[in-house]
Amino acid sequence: MSDLQSPASAAGKATDEAPTESTAGANAPSATAKAGRSFLPQSTLPRHLLVLALSAVFAVVLLEVSSPYQNSQIATLSYYAIAAGGLTVLTGMNGQISLGHGALMAAGAYTTALFLDADEPLPLPLILLASVVVATAVGALVGVAAARLHGPYLAGATLALAVGLPGLAIYFHDIFGGEQGMRVRAPQAPDAFESFIETVSGNAASSTKWLAYVGVICLLITYFFLANLVRSRIGRTWRAVRDQEVAAELAGINLGAWRVLAFVVSAAAAGLAGGVLAIVVRLAAPSGFTLVLSLALLTAIVIGGLGSLLGALLGSALLVFLPPFVTNLGADFGLNGTEAAQLAPFVYGVVLIVAMIFAPAGFVGTIRLRRMTAKAKRASAAQAKAAGSNGG
Amino acid sequence: MDYFVNVTLTGLTQGMIYSAFALALVLIWRSTRIVNFAQGSMAAATTFIALALIQAGQSYWVALIVALLSGFLLGAVVERVIIRPVEGGPELNAVIVTLGLFVAIQALIAIVFGSSFQSFPTPFGVRGFEVGGSTIPLTPTSLYVIGSVLITMALLVALFRFTRIGLAMRASAFSQEVARLLGVKVGGMLTLGWGLAAVVGSLSGLLIAGGGFVYPAYMDSLIVFGFVAAIIGGLDSPVGAIVGGLILGLALSYVNGYVERGSALVSVAALVILIVVLLVRPGGLFSSTTARRA
Amino acid sequence: MTAIAAATVASTLAACGGGDDGGGSSSAEGGENEASDTGVTADSIKLGAHYPLTGVAAPGYSEIPTGVKAYFDCLNQEGGVYGRDIEFIFKDDAYNPSQTSQVTNELVLEEEIFAMMSGLGTPTHSAVVDFLNDEGVPDLFVSSGSLMWGDDPETYPMSFGWQTDYESEGKIIGEYIANEFPDAKVGLFLQDDDFGEDGESGIRQYIDDQIVAAERYTPGNTNVGPQIAALKAAGADFVVGFNVPSYTALSQLTALQLGYDPQWFYSNVGSDPNLVGGLLNRFSEGKVTDAALLDGALTTGYLPTVDMTDNPWITEFSRIWDECGGEGELTNYRVYGMSQAYTMTQALQAAGQNPTREGLVEAVEAVGSEWEGPVFAPFRYSEDSHMGTSGMTIERVVGNGSEEVQPVRITDIGDAEIEEFGGEAATPPANAIPDEEAYEG
Repeated sequence: MSDLQSPASAAGKATDEAPTESTAGANAPSATAKAGRSFLPQSTLPRHLLVLALSAVFAVVLLEVSSPYQNSQIATLSYYAIAAGGLTVLTGMNGQISLGHGALMAAGAYTTALFLDADEPLPLPLILLASVVVATAVGALVGVAAARLHGPYLAGATLALAVGLPGLAIYFHDIFGGEQGMRVRAPQAPDAFESFIETVSGNAASSTKWLAYVGVICLLITYFFLANLVRSRIGRTWRAVRDQEVAAELAGINLGAWRVLAFVVSAAAAGLAGGVLAIVVRLAAPSGFTLVLSLALLTAIVIGGLGSLLGALLGSALLVFLPPFVTNLGADFGLNGTEAAQLAPFVYGVVLIVAMIFAPAGFVGTIRLRRMTAKAKRASAAQAKAAGSNGG
Repeated sequence: MDYFVNVTLTGLTQGMIYSAFALALVLIWRSTRIVNFAQGSMAAATTFIALALIQAGQSYWVALIVALLSGFLLGAVVERVIIRPVEGGPELNAVIVTLGLFVAIQALIAIVFGSSFQSFPTPFGVRGFEVGGSTIPLTPTSLYVIGSVLITMALLVALFRFTRIGLAMRASAFSQEVARLLGVKVGGMLTLGWGLAAVVGSLSGLLIAGGGFVYPAYMDSLIVFGFVAAIIGGLDSPVGAIVGGLILGLALSYVNGYVERGSALVSVAALVILIVVLLVRPGGLFSSTTARRA
Repeated sequence: MTAIAAATVASTLAACGGGDDGGGSSSAEGGENEASDTGVTADSIKLGAHYPLTGVAAPGYSEIPTGVKAYFDCLNQEGGVYGRDIEFIFKDDAYNPSQTSQVTNELVLEEEIFAMMSGLGTPTHSAVVDFLNDEGVPDLFVSSGSLMWGDDPETYPMSFGWQTDYESEGKIIGEYIANEFPDAKVGLFLQDDDFGEDGESGIRQYIDDQIVAAERYTPGNTNVGPQIAALKAAGADFVVGFNVPSYTALSQLTALQLGYDPQWFYSNVGSDPNLVGGLLNRFSEGKVTDAALLDGALTTGYLPTVDMTDNPWITEFSRIWDECGGEGELTNYRVYGMSQAYTMTQALQAAGQNPTREGLVEAVEAVGSEWEGPVFAPFRYSEDSHMGTSGMTIERVVGNGSEEVQPVRITDIGDAEIEEFGGEAATPPANAIPDEEAYEG
């Protein structure tokens, strides 16, 4: 579509049209459309279960061969990736921009902190579930308000949310600890975990390792759910709402309701991410949920490829592992400690700009586009050949 | 009564600054339908340039002029080089590009100028006027702030209404194809628009810095509140930007002054006001166009 | 872990038989240096810390690690401790507790420090005190006067305070006001966290009935107009501030705008006249200069300040700063850092030739209260208390320095009485390097 426009008329306004190129990562064909050659089972659920099992094994291997510090990095990666997964579904598949997911993570984190503060805390899975529920409730409220908003108005409203919600924690400082925040007592690993680690690798079952495992388990579960959603009828409806509003409405789809659903799903993921964050960082404080967090999530999903879960994972990995790399590079170039620390956000900003100008589909999306273009070229070359040979 | 006057005056002064920033956002929106999330850090960058000049011994006024000029240059260059490639495309791309610009510029400021808090001078006194025996928080500096914003707005109105270039810019914003047919260089007008908006943004950055601390992220709250003000007023309406800024400034000041521990609630109050306005009028208070579909 | 500790203690005891020349000299006779614990090698000990190098609390506090580092660099030149170099790694947390958590994680898990010293900030360090204690990392001489690091050694056995705690400071301030300004209407300007709370509870023990207003600010929100206006509206003519230095400047500036001129009393952590003056002097060309606004304000002190040019500690620290320091002048914050490094050296010497984490903590508990150093009053370290120095003077700011208006008085948390301090100021040893014996517990 875009190569029909001549460069001269490119100057001007941003349009309302659907961001089809940048969300190419979301356009993975659903299972039934893929013919033949994959070794994975055809239908969605068994395929995803197999991928889940393989990923679990891979994760255990990764956690056991890496150092305690790398384990803590993987724990950090897991909560970024959970939130990014939800956000990429919202923005990539449904086209809604949210700058406020940091606030939804805060809702989940404070819920977890409150529950863990009790003298006899509930079991961890229940607490995390509670965080999901609370964040979902907040997300539903926001989603209903946001459903009528578009583009920059939505961005602005979610921006105000990102900045405003932590303010509530400061106001109700008796419950939420104010600016200092709430310290979170990290839950102890069960005995079964220690024996599991011993049999698998013989490493020490430290609390850092346990937290990394909790994070990875939550990540796998979340992505399993999201992947199934994306490939289902719900995912297809979301894409219809994103790309062809008028047609979708004519087909009887209630735009507002589906938008709210997308928002709610992404809020649930953010809530779980917040809960994991609370126990990994051992703190729920307003300073942990600044605007920078929401922007970082957006960066991750854009660079990875909007709408793609794999892209969200890659983007989050970049978010966690790039800063130390860039900071060390900066130190090598002679910048002092604090200057080098600013190099990472600078690189992010530049990468965002460059990516959106030259490769708006992000990492995964660009690869998918190339693959589809190559396939189409092959198909049309074959056709031309057939037509040529017929024509004689 | 005294306290009420204090709080109201503070709110008006703050509100004027929000209006200025909101006006910059509206200018850019009207010409390119892009929200410039980077407006704040662009303004911060020019403020730091001004600070460097002041630290080198130059007077405040020289630094002010240089800051405004560099703001214009920055705005024009950003539009031509970074924004132009995404202008014809979907909104999402443009939003993300300006967000990336926001992050990058702020980090660059920290690298070049350092992250520590530095005080920024104001050319006029900071002691409040004595009125009827007590001191009100209206200082010579606040008069300067209000005055400069009003003068800037007046100049902009004059530019758009009474000059040919202003007419050309409005034409380019309203209907590009027609403007082109009439011989207007649309691209140049857009660049000019961004440059002017950046000047207004730089001014607001300098005004809020005077008599306070600056650090790379000092504009962050202004960005949020300025944006909220612009949306409250309606992104299409310059009058809306001004009204929105004043409303927000006053409302937040009352929350800060009258609610117990109100300073923690200020950002929540902004959120609530925004949601209420958007629920009633999704396009802002002064919006007139309805949504266009496909 | 305990087996290793027992083994090293045993070998240390055996090695101790040869006697030590003290920490400042070359390697001890009789016994070798071993890698006796995480972060310790035969020729180095790795210490870590977090500070606000950027952000709202950076003015002043970001200079503390430069002082610590300068002291250790000169110490290393003279042979370090038991021939080991002290490696001091510090990271920026921007006074942001979530970032403190992250950098502490890096220090403990990636850098594998032996101990943390001088972690700065009440809201920030409280985010990591559980983690450090769980991991068994000694958390010495926290740069904050909160009670959390010292009043509960059962919960936090690894943590130790260093400076006079905010509650004791509040008590001394309250007593002074009750005696010298019994008719004053007192307003409080407090940071909205444990720092402000501890100070408030100390003051209220003495002048609860004189307090007419207590206003709180959040570090990060630089508009303190409402708080100052409220203090003025309540009629306070004497304001006590428990705040960080930027907020000293902000409160002064805001008061100027409102035409409000009470007697100010700033807690020690926020009152350095050079720093505050530097922050204020650019605000209004020519109309607000230097520390003129701060002149006449009262504050407390527990360390010598740079304007005391005849003080032997200041002379030594100036020399150390000239030889081993970086850019800039010696400031009170650098003196603070060097004094902490001095105490840390005493602790490492007492920990013995092959220190362990447990051994270090035991040594501080056992002999820390006997150490002399630049602080005016002794430390309160024991098995039951990990609180830092116990006394303070009251000073009045004069220009860029201060003059004493009340000599050192000592107290403790809770109901403890305030008493005169009968001791004398210690003089620095040669090269300002202590010479403590190894504690053999």
